[in-house]
Amino acid sequence: MQHNVNWLQALLVLSLSVTLGWTVEVQRPRGVPLTKRQFYDEAKPFTCLDGSRTIPFDRVNDDYCDCKDGSDEPGTAACPNGSFHCTNAGYRPTFIPSSRINDGICDCCDGTDEYNSGASCQNTCKELGRKEREALQKLAEITKEGFLLKQQLIEEAKKGQQEKQSRLSELQDSRKGHEDKVEALRTVKETAEQPEKEAKERHLKAWEEHKAALRLEKEKAKMAEVFLELDDNADGFVDVSELQTHQELDPDGDGTLTDTEAQGLLGGAHKVDSTEFMNMWSNMKEKYVSEVCPPTPSSYDSSHDEQKDSTSDKDQERDLDKDPDSVYPEDDLDEDAAGEDDEDDDDDDDHQVSLLFCIATPFIQPHHIFLSQQYICVCVYQRQYKIFMYTLSTVSSVCERERWCLLCNAALLPFSFRALEKEISFDFGPSSEFAYLYSQCYELTTNEYIYRLCPFNRVSQKPKYGGSETSLGSWGSWSGPEDNKYSVMKYEHGMGCWQGPNRSTTVKLTCGKETAVVSTSEPSRCEYLMEFTTPAVCLEPPNIDTQVHDEF
Amino acid sequence: MGALSLGWFALCLGVAVAVDRGNFKTCEQSAFCKRQRAMKAGQSPYRALLDTLELSDSRVTLQLINDNNKVHLLLELYRLQGNMTRVKINELKPLKPRFEVPDVLIADPPTEPLSVVSRDENGVVLSLGDEARRLIVSAQPFRLDIVEGPQVLLSLNSRGLLAFEHLRPRKDTSTFGKLFSLNSLPMSAHQAPDGGSEDDNQPGLWEETFKSHTDSKPNGPTSISLDFSLPGVEHVYGIPEHADNLKLKSTDGGDPYRLYNLDVFQYELYNPMALYGAVPVLLSHNAQRTMGIFWFNAAETWVDISSNTTVFGKMLDYVQGASETPQTDIRWISESGIIDVFIMLGPKPADVFTQYASLTGTQSFPPLSALAYHQCRWNYNDQEDVRAVNQGFDEHDIPCDFIWLDIEHTDGKRYFTWDPSKFPKPLEMLQDLTDKRRKMVAIVDPHIKVDSGYKIHSELRSKNLYVKNKDGADYEGWCWPGNAGYPDFIRPDTRAWWASMFAYDQYEGSTENLYTWNDMNEPSVFNGPEVTMHKDAVHGAWEHRDLHNLYGFYVQMATAEGLIQRSEGKERPFVLTRAFFAGSQRYGAVWTGDNAAEWDHLKISIPMCLNLNLVGISFCGADVGGFFKSPSTELLVRWYQAGAYQPFFRAHAHMDTPRREPWLFGPENTALIREAILQRYALLPYWYQLFYHAYLTGQPIMRPLWVEYPGDASTFAMDDQYLLGRDLLVHPVTEEGARGITAYLPGQGEVWYDVHTFQKHNGAQNLYIPVTISSIPVFQHGGSIIPKKLRIRRSSSCMENDPYTFIVALSPQRTAEGELYIDDGHTFSYRTEKKFIHRRLTFANNTLTSRNLALDSQFSTPSWIERVVILGAQKPNKVTLRMADGAESSLDFEFDTAMSVLTLRKPGMNVGADWSILLQ
Repeated sequence: MQHNVNWLQALLVLSLSVTLGWTVEVQRPRGVPLTKRQFYDEAKPFTCLDGSRTIPFDRVNDDYCDCKDGSDEPGTAACPNGSFHCTNAGYRPTFIPSSRINDGICDCCDGTDEYNSGASCQNTCKELGRKEREALQKLAEITKEGFLLKQQLIEEAKKGQQEKQSRLSELQDSRKGHEDKVEALRTVKETAEQPEKEAKERHLKAWEEHKAALRLEKEKAKMAEVFLELDDNADGFVDVSELQTHQELDPDGDGTLTDTEAQGLLGGAHKVDSTEFMNMWSNMKEKYVSEVCPPTPSSYDSSHDEQKDSTSDKDQERDLDKDPDSVYPEDDLDEDAAGEDDEDDDDDDDHQVSLLFCIATPFIQPHHIFLSQQYICVCVYQRQYKIFMYTLSTVSSVCERERWCLLCNAALLPFSFRALEKEISFDFGPSSEFAYLYSQCYELTTNEYIYRLCPFNRVSQKPKYGGSETSLGSWGSWSGPEDNKYSVMKYEHGMGCWQGPNRSTTVKLTCGKETAVVSTSEPSRCEYLMEFTTPAVCLEPPNIDTQVHDEF
Repeated sequence: MGALSLGWFALCLGVAVAVDRGNFKTCEQSAFCKRQRAMKAGQSPYRALLDTLELSDSRVTLQLINDNNKVHLLLELYRLQGNMTRVKINELKPLKPRFEVPDVLIADPPTEPLSVVSRDENGVVLSLGDEARRLIVSAQPFRLDIVEGPQVLLSLNSRGLLAFEHLRPRKDTSTFGKLFSLNSLPMSAHQAPDGGSEDDNQPGLWEETFKSHTDSKPNGPTSISLDFSLPGVEHVYGIPEHADNLKLKSTDGGDPYRLYNLDVFQYELYNPMALYGAVPVLLSHNAQRTMGIFWFNAAETWVDISSNTTVFGKMLDYVQGASETPQTDIRWISESGIIDVFIMLGPKPADVFTQYASLTGTQSFPPLSALAYHQCRWNYNDQEDVRAVNQGFDEHDIPCDFIWLDIEHTDGKRYFTWDPSKFPKPLEMLQDLTDKRRKMVAIVDPHIKVDSGYKIHSELRSKNLYVKNKDGADYEGWCWPGNAGYPDFIRPDTRAWWASMFAYDQYEGSTENLYTWNDMNEPSVFNGPEVTMHKDAVHGAWEHRDLHNLYGFYVQMATAEGLIQRSEGKERPFVLTRAFFAGSQRYGAVWTGDNAAEWDHLKISIPMCLNLNLVGISFCGADVGGFFKSPSTELLVRWYQAGAYQPFFRAHAHMDTPRREPWLFGPENTALIREAILQRYALLPYWYQLFYHAYLTGQPIMRPLWVEYPGDASTFAMDDQYLLGRDLLVHPVTEEGARGITAYLPGQGEVWYDVHTFQKHNGAQNLYIPVTISSIPVFQHGGSIIPKKLRIRRSSSCMENDPYTFIVALSPQRTAEGELYIDDGHTFSYRTEKKFIHRRLTFANNTLTSRNLALDSQFSTPSWIERVVILGAQKPNKVTLRMADGAESSLDFEFDTAMSVLTLRKPGMNVGADWSILLQ
């Protein structure tokens, strides 16, 4: 992009010089630009521009190299390091190496480099200039629109970033408590594995006690939640009218929770505070239906058997002691196709609602924990820590198993924390304008392959007509040049090549209205190149109105 | 490209770091070699029947008899013009004709009369002309000695290892007999191949199995062998192609050097294993004399070399105080054909080259651009890739003449076609290159995809031009395209047909700037024995066994002919081949095959090309950068520097390696590589003159130092430096992290000039030169004049009319001489119409003169002389240019006192004119 802007500026200079060039015919030795004209004065001996020596002026352009810097032969091929200036009226003036003078190839669009080679060069400058102006105009339009889109992206990213930050701090707060619990459970597990029977029993007892304690704690938490749910006006008391929003608590089953009945449930008081509510809770907890736990959708009809199947599947049981990240081979993530990603996003809220109840946290980001329609929970089961895979439907049933919920939550929290932390830690550009690409995937189909770019995640290639997918690299870094770091993405450590390096992919980003992979190639056996358009790299267009104005 | 066969297998298996030796036979695993090598010296059963001697104008014939089996052989002796002797031995009455190599000799070698000097019952003495040169035939045991005065130059069968397995009918071999012979007969010396015991039951005579391949051997044992003794010789060279030092090593205790054209995957260095090509020519050299032995046989051949000057032999001499003459013994063993040997008697290295060239021809004179830089890769993926690479050279201002396309450019490895999606518009692509005055080479391999929809295949099949298998059906093997047939290039009609396929209207998408590369022409057969064709495959009357080493020779011959014919005989062809044989120099260039990006491979490129140059094939190069694996940047830079000074200068890389175009390694390395290529282009006039000289005379281009300094024993085993022509000494840096090199500058009383600094150094010294990464140590011989063009452009064509600079390096006697050759650079008009300029430049008596060497030639060029640089000069008072018409003008000059360099500014005369420049 930087490049293109320079073109625009260069064009401006050109259009001015064109005017000058037509009106004033300036005499100067062949191949000398106007700016250096004053150094070539026919009336004086010529001093090489590097000052190395002075020669008679008739040795300028006499087809023999006298100056080390080549400055005495601007219009011949005599000097190995010389350069020739093409005026290129109507287009951009340029310098070409002296070696291209009279080599039989037209290099300057005005043809001035081939004055003695027999090559017949057409003057193509006007045509080139016209084409370039058109191209620049088009580019400018794209840039303009793209830049507007980019502003929106930045706005959205800002919001998203704030949201994530606050989620993260909340998570950080609750994390400590969960970690303690997990630690306690870990101890239980370790001790539970003692082979001696006695020890086993002792620990079993400890376990039961601990379980009871956990249950109590959970109960308390649940109750506190219910209290908050019921306390609609948030005055710190649950009163009769607030209780009446839960008709299911109706003790006589006539379908109506009367004032009296409600008051009865509240121990005869008109309203109770949270401490008092604790005593009443046992009377209503059997019937209470949470306002937040959604009814199980009918489509989620997978049976418990399925859950049992999956839990008994040894392949899916993994020790919690392992680094959670290592538990999931990355390739397993390949299942969801690009098209499903949008759906996933739409579904996120639902997932979170169902999980909210289950694991009491709304902060689960699905990327690394949830496979398509599958959730992973780490739970205690028969005194062992296990990782279970649940389908979405079974999560609902799990939700109802309260004794698991806390454990699941405790186990899941580090994942969600990590995922969020990871996302926040990505460099999404100076204004987070690339944040929208996160968790998205883009595909391009060529003759043989389907290429897939999931920004900040991975690049892969799959044969069009069947065959396994090949990783072309995982997110590495921004690797554009220093002045334009965000123009190139590098994905590294893909699948290894025979006798070669691991596959890697360079993604070149260019300004465009659409976000899309526009081309892929494999310039070198294991090194892929993708061109990717996105508004996020569109630079603020220069004031084109002025530009156009100058044209006329 | 050519990552062959095994590469292909290895890929599947995911193994293989280096050559899998198990895929290739040792002598022990080759039945005839094992039989022959088991023979003991000194027990020759052969006797010359002197009374059968017949003398004619051109030859002497004589029968030999094997006293063990009474089989008669016919010995023919020829004295050839130019100091050569030819010795032929065949069966007197073979059951059927034995194969004699066709098409390799450029003509029937002209003979000179032999005469009988003396004769008795023990032998005959024949005169080989004057100088007391005699050919002595001893009767019992049969032996030949060539002597000059009192000195024996060379002896044949002096160790009694002549063995000629005569053709025989197959005896009834019962199942029992077969089993017995296969399982229980020990292989021992008594079953000598000379028929000492006619035991037809020994294994390997009528059938031989290697790995899963069985060779049916319908003709039974047919091998031949002969030994040569070279008294006074310690150094022998030649018999390429082997990845070994220049000086051949003793094969005692190891395998002989093997000559059998094979596609060897990831070949190992410093061993005698066979590689892609075979030239059965061995040179011997000592301070007095250089000779050559041309074993004219195209079957699988093994060469044993032994010497009494091994460390052990020398110690023995020392202990015993003996002064035994050093001697080298050579033994050739071939699987079939006849014994046909050309003995080239020198005596000078240049004489041997002339003698050999008179037999097999000289180096073809390539188009000038073929001497420039070639950019190759397996593969440039598509037209866009080619466009970008072409543009890359311009962007980085690096010259390049050729861009190459490997097998992936074809439509499914169907040669003569283009991949329709990657190369949909080859004409456009070639026009893009033409626009930059560049050219292209596309690969055409000899394995033809069996596919009835493929024109090349269906024509071959319908014309019945394929090689046949032993059962008479078309031979089919596995190669790049899958199942493939192999045209029978031994047939003239196949070659004519093949050549016609290069016509512009046959080879769609070809133009005159598209040239050809023949790879895999050993031939490579992925699923064949030793990755090549079955020996019992059939070429008309002959078995593949008889002519295996000729296959690649013919492929290149037919291809070169095709390129000539497509231009109606006007344009010179350029064809690169991987497989070769004696005489392949006539058809183009060779390269050292699939090397690797390792320092040792860079080092070995020098002796490999030197040995090829010694046997006529001057146009040699190695893949710059190394084919397999990825070079470090330092290695890549050093390889460009070395490659810039080798005849064929092409960068190439395996498909699985990262890209390595010259500009991909940062500005500093780009500049280093560019500088190496620029040096190549500046020297193109010298290269061109060297190639013309090689074409004219058969003298090699890359020469071991001993070729020019035959008396200097310190040069005899030197292969880390060499001479280009006579006048440039090149010692490339081939050590990683080198800080200095020691170059040996030969010539007592001579001087050498560093071509970069013009620093003068005395000859006959080891000179230590500190080096940096930019150093390419090259020295110009004092006494030489080298033409250069210092305006380097994007391709050699662009430099066609540019002016010349002459570098005149004065000898201590203040003399110098050199040559200049110019023509249009690409047509045959230099020989059909004598359109060329060939001049001698001489500096003597303070006068530099240009004299026409070819008065009947005519060619005009706009090129003029822009500069004359005289090294080792004194400051003149005045410099005068005198033209042929007597016109005189004074020249400007500069004199560098520190370096004694005189530069004459812009003399300006046309380079084709007669002129002289006088320093006063």
